[in-house]
Amino acid sequence: MSENWEPKIIAFFCNWCTYTAADLAGVSRMQYAHNVRIIRVMCSGRMDPQFVLDAFAKGADGVLLGGCHPGDCHYIEGNYKALRRSALLKTMLQDMGIEDARYRLEWISASEGDKVQHVINDMAAKVKNLGPLGLPKKFADWDKEMDDLEKKIENKGEPAHVK
Amino acid sequence: MSNKPKIAFYWCASCGGCEESVVDLAEGILDVVKAVDIVFWPVALDFKKKDVEAMPDGSITASLINGAVRTSEQEEMAHLLRQKSQVVIAYGSCAHTGGIPSLTNQFAKEDILKYVYEDSPTTVNPNKTRPMTEYSDNNQTVTIPEFRNVVRTLDQVVDVDYYIPGCAPTPGLLKTAVDALLSSQLPPKGTVIAPDTALCQECPRLDSKPQDLAIQEFVRPHQIKIDPALCLLAQGLACMGPATRGGCEARCINGNMPCTGCFGPTSRVIDHGAKIASALASSVEAKEEDKIEKSLEGIPDPVGTFYRYGLAKSLLRMNNQIPRDNNQIITKEQ
Repeated sequence: MSENWEPKIIAFFCNWCTYTAADLAGVSRMQYAHNVRIIRVMCSGRMDPQFVLDAFAKGADGVLLGGCHPGDCHYIEGNYKALRRSALLKTMLQDMGIEDARYRLEWISASEGDKVQHVINDMAAKVKNLGPLGLPKKFADWDKEMDDLEKKIENKGEPAHVK
Repeated sequence: MSNKPKIAFYWCASCGGCEESVVDLAEGILDVVKAVDIVFWPVALDFKKKDVEAMPDGSITASLINGAVRTSEQEEMAHLLRQKSQVVIAYGSCAHTGGIPSLTNQFAKEDILKYVYEDSPTTVNPNKTRPMTEYSDNNQTVTIPEFRNVVRTLDQVVDVDYYIPGCAPTPGLLKTAVDALLSSQLPPKGTVIAPDTALCQECPRLDSKPQDLAIQEFVRPHQIKIDPALCLLAQGLACMGPATRGGCEARCINGNMPCTGCFGPTSRVIDHGAKIASALASSVEAKEEDKIEKSLEGIPDPVGTFYRYGLAKSLLRMNNQIPRDNNQIITKEQ
């Protein structure tokens, strides 16, 4: 891991609370870690666990999900669905060897610009501490083991049916 | 040799159930044999690898390959059949999404070999002997295939044209595929030959599925007396029907057991396990963290449950923490 490495964190923020809070943090000139790439979703309940896994598989080092506090969801129940999915997803991520700190669910209301700043800074520091997840590179490394078949067959002078 | 279309069957890392499903065509297999020549089928017919090597490229109309890919031999046969075939069909869950063998992607190669050759209760191996992939004696070298670090689906190794899902596929799906091949009315490349709707759509218990499931707690099939008329989700069973492709004639449901997901996801889903986790978790009734966790206790092994047939094809593919061998290439002087 190089000294200058910086983690990439994908943040899914709900339109009504956390995204608005991030806006507030912006207009209030609160500075937070630059590692985060924010994607706006209409509700934290829109968050499909596939999005989290896809983010990791495509090279994210951490995924943050932000929604309205329980009871405050614009769609009444959406954040509860996010909470239930997160509970199961966390177990699955652990079982697949992805550290707890790489996935985080936070309730941040529209007025909590300072919480956006605090959560992002804290998560960026923790993920930086863990180091890169680097799944795309790992996938490529795993698949290198298939190349040796080609080399072996070439060495034997057998007809090449390997691409 | 006749001008009938040529078909090859091959098995990689599989249990033999897929071969069985071909035999399950029963007398229907006579119609198939009337219409095609089976040129390669190691389970049933005495053709060798060299017979396949002697065939011109592209001379086999279709190869139906079942099983996941774990060893270098399976890789080689997949490449060979790809070269000799116009169409390659991944037959069954293992070739399609990794199947049961790909559950081993949760463990390191060394742990698997150590368990099999040393620790398993039925093994007596005081010298801890393990097979070597290469052994030389008297200028003679014998080899066995390499055991890979990762289990792969067929399409992670070679180009695949069509998929027939299922553990094992139903004879009906095989018949549909063979008929499509014979009539030359082939679907677009990459098609999974099964309906593209969730199993719930064809489930005989669909009418009893409540609008809001409000699951109190998940239970496992042995813990309750299952009502044969009521939606299995409504009884708290982790049925994978909502996120699993239909076309299996709801065989497990008709046997009063929940769907375990062998047909894989529909075309709109990229990660089957994540999708079913999403569907089941959001149907829990509880709203507080500790109560949610209590409800989910009935699913003690979510990865093993939701990726039972598809870990190799999942977005994460493999446990991220386990060490792998260095991929050293052995180049022996001949």
